[in-house]
Amino acid sequence: MADAANQIPDRIPINLVVNGVRHTLDLVPWTTLLDALRDHLELTGTKKGCDHGQCGACTVLIDGRRVNSCLTLAVMKDGAEITTIEGLAKDLTLHPLQQAFIDHDAFQCGYCTPGQICSAAGLLAEGRARDADEIRELMSGNLCRCGAYPNIVAAIQQAMGRP
Amino acid sequence: MNNFQYSRATDVADAIRLLAADPGAKLIAGGTNLIDLMKENVERPSRLIDISRLPLRDIEETADGGLRIGALVPNSDLAYHPLVEQRYPLLAAAILAGASAQLRNMASVGGNLMQRTRCAYFYDTATPCNKREPGSGCSAIDGLNRNHAILGTSASCIATNPSDMSVALVALGALVHIAGPSGQRTIALTDFHRLPEDKPHVDTNLGTGEIIAAVELPKHGFARNYSYLKIRDRLSYAFALVSVAAALELDGNAISEARLALGGVAHKPWRSLEAEAALRGRAATSDHFSRAADLLLHGATARAHNRFKIELARRAIARTLIQAASATPQSQAHKKIA
Repeated sequence: MADAANQIPDRIPINLVVNGVRHTLDLVPWTTLLDALRDHLELTGTKKGCDHGQCGACTVLIDGRRVNSCLTLAVMKDGAEITTIEGLAKDLTLHPLQQAFIDHDAFQCGYCTPGQICSAAGLLAEGRARDADEIRELMSGNLCRCGAYPNIVAAIQQAMGRP
Repeated sequence: MNNFQYSRATDVADAIRLLAADPGAKLIAGGTNLIDLMKENVERPSRLIDISRLPLRDIEETADGGLRIGALVPNSDLAYHPLVEQRYPLLAAAILAGASAQLRNMASVGGNLMQRTRCAYFYDTATPCNKREPGSGCSAIDGLNRNHAILGTSASCIATNPSDMSVALVALGALVHIAGPSGQRTIALTDFHRLPEDKPHVDTNLGTGEIIAAVELPKHGFARNYSYLKIRDRLSYAFALVSVAAALELDGNAISEARLALGGVAHKPWRSLEAEAALRGRAATSDHFSRAADLLLHGATARAHNRFKIELARRAIARTLIQAASATPQSQAHKKIA
């Protein structure tokens, strides 16, 4: 039995539709979606925080569902539609969540913000949060070391249309 | 992460063939636990077999009124499925008590059953660990063991199974459908995970080359009197110190059927038929709940830092049974509901 781990695997061609734009990439299989976005497509809005699925900074939407891109292998998402923070605004109009985060000063350093906003976009699409307690629970996968949580919750409530 | 080969399975038989062809291969579905462990060099598969596109995503009613859940159903889809919300709310509650919304979107039912312990020594490749490296020793037994097991431990390992979903599934009497090189078989979920004994590197009774196809729930879902209570160091997105799944069938104040399982305390979801038998036919009173807690915790032993877990579990069991009996289950969002 050859030791497969010692062979250099072929790069695998995949297609990703990122923020509406189709890309063809040749990737080694251990490339995470996060690294594909940041290092291969130069979409550095998505942040690498813990790189272990614990902080949520890398949150993106795959086919409309929020996921941790650091724990996702890009080759497994061949053909998928990815939305990152760069894809939320329409032309010069901010996404309602982006505007709400500005309106409520929902960040300090801003490093967690792309993940917070993409996660909140997933939360709104899921339609499971009805009040502040439920927003807090369903946003618990996104950490903010600056502690902007009260303002993040307020921003999401504004975007939900429930002040 | 080590270099590895990547294959995409075209059907279940193909996945089984690919597994047989490469002893170092591992299946990957959601990847939330496996990729994390690969980044830590704890798992070093020679090949990943991507099963995420296999047609194992259906949730369907069985002929005898139960539910068959495909192994690749994402945790969130299962928790929010109307039939699960209506008939098996204990399962929905347990799933929603675990991980984060993002991870629940990614993680599969089969992967949840296969997830490995979060023992810090298992993750730390600089320390001995019998689960990671058989025969190297256990760093937890005389180390920092606040989070570790109090039931079913061995001299080789005191790790816990971290799943919330499995605790509810065990209480509900779930079955696991398995496909493998020699055909299909079905086992009770209580027999799926194993105790560490002298082989802690073997988490489950899944055989070499086998794959989980589905999980099946029997008809009785205990939709009225149930609760899943999870005690943890922070109120969300943390593994359990102790969790309790309780399900009762009440006739007035008399218990006609009882199910009780613990998470966070052992190498597998912990269920005791004696504890459940002690509730059956009795009144739903705190005396009887305490008696059941004693039976469920029979034989519990502590190490240097986890003695608190025994009393914590005792109180959590009684509280969860009260919640179940009064039909006010623990809420994952509104934490103050008692």
